[in-house]
Amino acid sequence: MRRLGWTLATLLSHWRRHPTQFATLMIGLIAATALWSGVQAINAQARQSYDCAAAVFGGGRLAMLVPARDETLPQALFAKLRRAGWPVSPVLEGRIATSGVGLRLIGAEPLTLPRAAGPAPALELGIGAADLAAFLLPPGRTLVAPATLRELAAREGDTPALGDGMRLPPLAVQADLVPGTAVVDIGVAQRVLDRPGQISRLLVGADDDGPRAPLAEVAGDTLRLIPPGSESDLERLTDSFHVNLTAFGLLSFVVGLFIVYSAIGLAFEQRLPTMRAMRACGVSARGLTAALLVELVGAALAAGVVGCIAGYLIAALLLPDVALSLRGLYGAEVPGELALRPAWWFAGIGMSVAGALAAAAHSLIKAQNLPLIATAHPYAWRTAQQRWLTWQGAAALVLAGAALGILAVGDGLIAGFALLAAIMLAAALALPLLLALALHLGARGANTMLTRWAFADSRQQLSGLSLALMALLLALAVNIGVGTMVKSFETSFAGWLDQRLASEIYIRAADDAQARAITAFVATRPEVTAVLPTPRAETRIKGGPVEVLGFADHPTYRDHWPLIAATPTLWDDLRDGRALLMSEQLARRLGLAAGDSLRLVTPAGALTLQVGGIYPDYGNPKGQIGVSNDLLFAHWRDAPDTRFSLRLAPDAVPALVAALRSRFALDPAHLIDQAALKRDSMTIFNRTFAVTASLNAFTLGVAAVALLTSLLTLGASRLPQLAPLWAMGVTRRRLAALDLAKTMALALATALAAIPLGLLVAWCLLAVVNVKAFGWRLPFHVFPGQLVQLIAVALAAALLAAALPTLRLSRMKPADLIRVFANER
Amino acid sequence: MNAEMSRRALLRLAALALAGGASSPLRAQGYAGLGQDAAGFARVVPGVALTFPRDHGPHPGFRIEWWYLTANLAGDDKAAYGVQWTLFRQAAMPGPQRDGFDSQQVWMAHAAATSATAHRFAERFARGGVGQAGVEATPFHAFIDAWEMRAGADTDPRTLAPLTVSAAAKDFAYTLNLAATRPLVLQGEAGYSRKSDRGQASYYYSQPYFTAEGSLSLDGRRVAVRGQAWLDREWSSQPLAADQNGWDWFSLHLSDDVKLMLFRLRHADGRHFHSGNWIDRDGSHPLPPDGIALTPAAISRVAGRDIPTAWQVAVPARGLSIETAPLNAQSYMATRFPYWEGPIRFRGTHEGQGYLEMTGY
Repeated sequence: MRRLGWTLATLLSHWRRHPTQFATLMIGLIAATALWSGVQAINAQARQSYDCAAAVFGGGRLAMLVPARDETLPQALFAKLRRAGWPVSPVLEGRIATSGVGLRLIGAEPLTLPRAAGPAPALELGIGAADLAAFLLPPGRTLVAPATLRELAAREGDTPALGDGMRLPPLAVQADLVPGTAVVDIGVAQRVLDRPGQISRLLVGADDDGPRAPLAEVAGDTLRLIPPGSESDLERLTDSFHVNLTAFGLLSFVVGLFIVYSAIGLAFEQRLPTMRAMRACGVSARGLTAALLVELVGAALAAGVVGCIAGYLIAALLLPDVALSLRGLYGAEVPGELALRPAWWFAGIGMSVAGALAAAAHSLIKAQNLPLIATAHPYAWRTAQQRWLTWQGAAALVLAGAALGILAVGDGLIAGFALLAAIMLAAALALPLLLALALHLGARGANTMLTRWAFADSRQQLSGLSLALMALLLALAVNIGVGTMVKSFETSFAGWLDQRLASEIYIRAADDAQARAITAFVATRPEVTAVLPTPRAETRIKGGPVEVLGFADHPTYRDHWPLIAATPTLWDDLRDGRALLMSEQLARRLGLAAGDSLRLVTPAGALTLQVGGIYPDYGNPKGQIGVSNDLLFAHWRDAPDTRFSLRLAPDAVPALVAALRSRFALDPAHLIDQAALKRDSMTIFNRTFAVTASLNAFTLGVAAVALLTSLLTLGASRLPQLAPLWAMGVTRRRLAALDLAKTMALALATALAAIPLGLLVAWCLLAVVNVKAFGWRLPFHVFPGQLVQLIAVALAAALLAAALPTLRLSRMKPADLIRVFANER
Repeated sequence: MNAEMSRRALLRLAALALAGGASSPLRAQGYAGLGQDAAGFARVVPGVALTFPRDHGPHPGFRIEWWYLTANLAGDDKAAYGVQWTLFRQAAMPGPQRDGFDSQQVWMAHAAATSATAHRFAERFARGGVGQAGVEATPFHAFIDAWEMRAGADTDPRTLAPLTVSAAAKDFAYTLNLAATRPLVLQGEAGYSRKSDRGQASYYYSQPYFTAEGSLSLDGRRVAVRGQAWLDREWSSQPLAADQNGWDWFSLHLSDDVKLMLFRLRHADGRHFHSGNWIDRDGSHPLPPDGIALTPAAISRVAGRDIPTAWQVAVPARGLSIETAPLNAQSYMATRFPYWEGPIRFRGTHEGQGYLEMTGY
């Protein structure tokens, strides 16, 4: 034990003499842990909110019975199942609008609500009997989250009005409820949503509470059982978003580990004489390895704690953006405050330790097998480098082969990311080989001694710098890839919006009466050339939520609606109720092409329609189909006829908007003109990528740190190479300038290599990952301006990283340089 | 004086305080205004003849009502068992009956199975109006979820027999066939059961003469069982006030012919109130309160409480002096409102079995 203590003390003394190296190690570990934990914290927070949201209406913790075909179930089925021993509880869900705020209304049945159902007035929860009685008995209660109460600008006890003269029961705050949701008694919900005797689904309680009759015996094939742990709609919809975040977190983690690897490797090399001396003094190989392990795990634990705290700060910084993205894109409510669980801390610190061990594995194995006497190897570094380059080149080839394999047979989002990972790793591993080749060619062309030396020296430096350069390459490539994707998306999105939003004004009336009044009013306005009803309904296809849009037969759509594929007679077939339009992502999910047919279940029965056309529907996680207005109203009879758009000359828009606003008191949620709608859409779009951009910047920052730390640690060990040149008359300034030029040249070469790699990454993101994650394929554009900008940023980062070592070299005391000759290393 | 009324009313009142728990202030003010007067609900008045089968069914105009069965059984393994099956109805508000989930009727049920070493129980809740729970008079059928008490084609409304009663939960299940040849026993004045000190009353009849046979599964072990059972039916609109802090209630099968019901209400001021009813071939004979002696004989530690699970019971006027012992001292119903209810045996001047229920400990 004491021996271990002494060994450890001896090893640790190295860090005291090399604080920058120690800082490098810690920065690497902290950066790796921080970004990873930050992303995990965001993901966990979001998932918890989905759980919370899902719990009240099923999913997550509870099994669920959902209609196999229809939209709702008769409530008699609930009693029938209960009588057959099924511990089910009915839920009716729908959307309502009150005070200009859209809410998800959930009707629950508290007497049968299973224990795990979540924040509803369950018997088990902290709601007192008085509250339960108040909830059950007229006038009942409307439970909302505190945030929803604020959004409604209401107080507890208020009874918000609904469109058709109805009012919600008095509001009551339930702290653990998810925002944007209102929970009422199921009887109330049936009245408010006008679904007498209907329920949306059944939550299934614990399965150990007595025997049950087989489901098919009770309900035939009208029900589908969704086992617990299945993803909720929100989880499914947002999954790809979180996979994206996780991928970025993982990338940052890997980049951070590059730093750790180089710091540990360097420390190991520098401590070789010490370790040999200790081994010669009787420290066993096992003891040495144990001491190294203790040192490493200690550092990793400390860095893990700091990394977790930093991760928390990063998450807190990013969460508002993420929350806005999730809300804008998916309607998912995520509270803006982070709640952290112990598991998160353990995971973060665990990742730090595991990462440190992985990065140090090579050094540890070397320490275990350390020969006592090192034989001199002239040109040892060169042999070693050659071996290492060969090995890396082989690995790069294997990875490139793997990438091709994944591209050929892989499927799914994970395969998409695996493809990206394989491509990037292959490129990273190939980078030193390419640089060595370039330097070799450069040395041949060099005509002065000094430049020749510079090339040779660069090659020697390559082993030490290559990890940092690889990190830079990866960070740049990802930046280029993501930047290109975002720009491509922006370009397509803007064009798509122009086509999609052809009408000048969009109106959603509060109720049918107001809709009729508005239609009557605009009929008197000569500037309005067309009033196009745009009804909407919701349905489910293959278990997923799908929006149904109604189309009027009008040139607005025939001439403008964006299409990817269509049958020649699309618009006539659509008008006559023979065909439907389908969004790209739904078509991909269902594996349908234009001309195929689809069986559709509606409240008024099933019908089969031809897929007449497929259109891009960017930014919409739900599937979407379009049918003629006549067909929509015939099959979704309770779809409100309150949405319509107006065609008129653009310059007449402001006047008409003002007139409509003042006459019908329509707020922006109910009346919006084309320009504002486009603006809002672009805002949501921009937010979606705000997080990606932030993480991107973080990654680039970590890469710059990696470069800086590598250069700093290299600086000290390069004296023996530089001192002879100085002795031969090359000034320190000249030496420093040469060193800077070499670093910049390597960085530039790396940045240039990053361009094709980045474009490849962009292609993967657009053509593989996006298609899998979101269901749409975007056209691929290259933006040279952006590339130039990124190269400039990379060079600036390299310059910044090289500045300090260069400055140090140019101001180095001649005595230090002379000392190289005095004590033969 | 109708103590039966008090017992069951207090139990169901407290239990229907749902999540409120035993210490809930709601017991004082009552669930959904239950502690207030009966305004709006049907009133219990003397001189109303109970009519069967109609009165086997629910009386939704009254505030509270129950169907309450206990059975003392012997298994083919020679072991003793007890079974409880209870269905409560409460109208949460007066007025016209409303349909579907708007129904003001709330149903609650308790079921339990007890052996010398195990006591298993379960509870169910339901709303009226949607078919999850309810009672039909003809043919008689009381149900909540998969638990039910059901008449056969040949059921005689005057004996309410034969019946089949069943319940199943996580770790127990039973199905019993109940038979009886004696007619129902109308309690009090032809079924009008008065509470003299408060002027409150209920409609109340019993069938204490059931014989039972069937099967019982307890912790996965199945036995054939037979024995005796006791059914109580009661409905009212006026539950009691809340100055009692608990009660101890006995239903005893003294012989095939003679049944005895006894209880004491424990008042906060220590003046316990006793009541009882001696039932034989000639009908029911209320016992004078001062002619009943109920004395705890042994205390058991049950669910962290001290509960008297053995008793000295004496009714000198009828020459009865017995000592009761529980089949399982841990017969605790840890339902939302917890209480002790389980089978007992007694010996002394009489020997036999019965059920004991104790609340408020």
